[in-house]
Amino acid sequence: MSNGLLNWFKYASPQSFYPLAGKMIPWFWALAAIFGVVGLYIGFFVAPTDAQQGEGYRIIFLHVPAAWMSMFIYLVMAFWAAIGLIYKTRLSGMMATALAPTGAMFTFLALWTGAFWGKPMWGAWWVWDARLTSELILFFLYVGFIALQAAIDDPRRADKAGAILALVGVVNIPIIYFSVKWWNTLHQGASVSLTKAPSMAQTMLWGMLVCALAFWMYAIAVALMRVRGIILERERNTEWVRQELAR
Amino acid sequence: MMVWNSFSDFLAMGGYGLYVWGSVGATALLMLAEPIIVARRNSALKTQLQRQFNAERADRGERKARRSQA
Repeated sequence: MSNGLLNWFKYASPQSFYPLAGKMIPWFWALAAIFGVVGLYIGFFVAPTDAQQGEGYRIIFLHVPAAWMSMFIYLVMAFWAAIGLIYKTRLSGMMATALAPTGAMFTFLALWTGAFWGKPMWGAWWVWDARLTSELILFFLYVGFIALQAAIDDPRRADKAGAILALVGVVNIPIIYFSVKWWNTLHQGASVSLTKAPSMAQTMLWGMLVCALAFWMYAIAVALMRVRGIILERERNTEWVRQELAR
Repeated sequence: MMVWNSFSDFLAMGGYGLYVWGSVGATALLMLAEPIIVARRNSALKTQLQRQFNAERADRGERKARRSQA
């Protein structure tokens, strides 16, 4: 127990996390690639044609994982922001900062693939529907977080301001998630629910889950890469960074 | 097992080609571009910091030499 606790604190320092992250990155890339290939293979070669939407439904294998990640990354980002705010740990704020652009990217992809799915199925690229609008607000929350942090020179203050924005924005996540239940929307209901059996073919479900795993591994890999850059930048005046780069 | 009869069949996506490939294309583009941008920025930062540290070291060395001459 005490040993585990010690290790936890050890890796909470930027200095020891930097090399650890460097070692983990290739593994997450490998997992992302494997899950990506398997997921797309299932989605595009194994999963059957949809009875209602023909082949057009195959956008689901990118759309749903991207939308899940857009919400999940926000929660993780807000979690690190809160930890940084409460415990004043330096690494937490850096993690939140590192996650934001990837979250914004997945939110954009969820909106983009949604538009490319909406056009043939609903006849419109965009509608001001509760699900779509709340997802667009999520995109603005990410962009606002990035812009706010970029506008403040002192990293400690930038972390604090960003954390408050991130935490206030958390309220939007359940709104997105339950929007299809709370309002009468054009968007279809949840594809996968914890309380009901999934309403789709097994292979479709597996393709979607494996693609989501691929996106998840990708997000970890790219966020770890970004956090390493942030660590170097913020710790540039320390002796360990000097030694690290002298090698 | 296989759902496609031919490659052109695969490309056509049952008439939804534009929408399916428009989604796949944007996803692939962004998910390839993001890590490349991050990797480039990291290596540019490393080069910049290394240059700065070397300059500082050289500066310190010069001052030391001048002091010992005086």
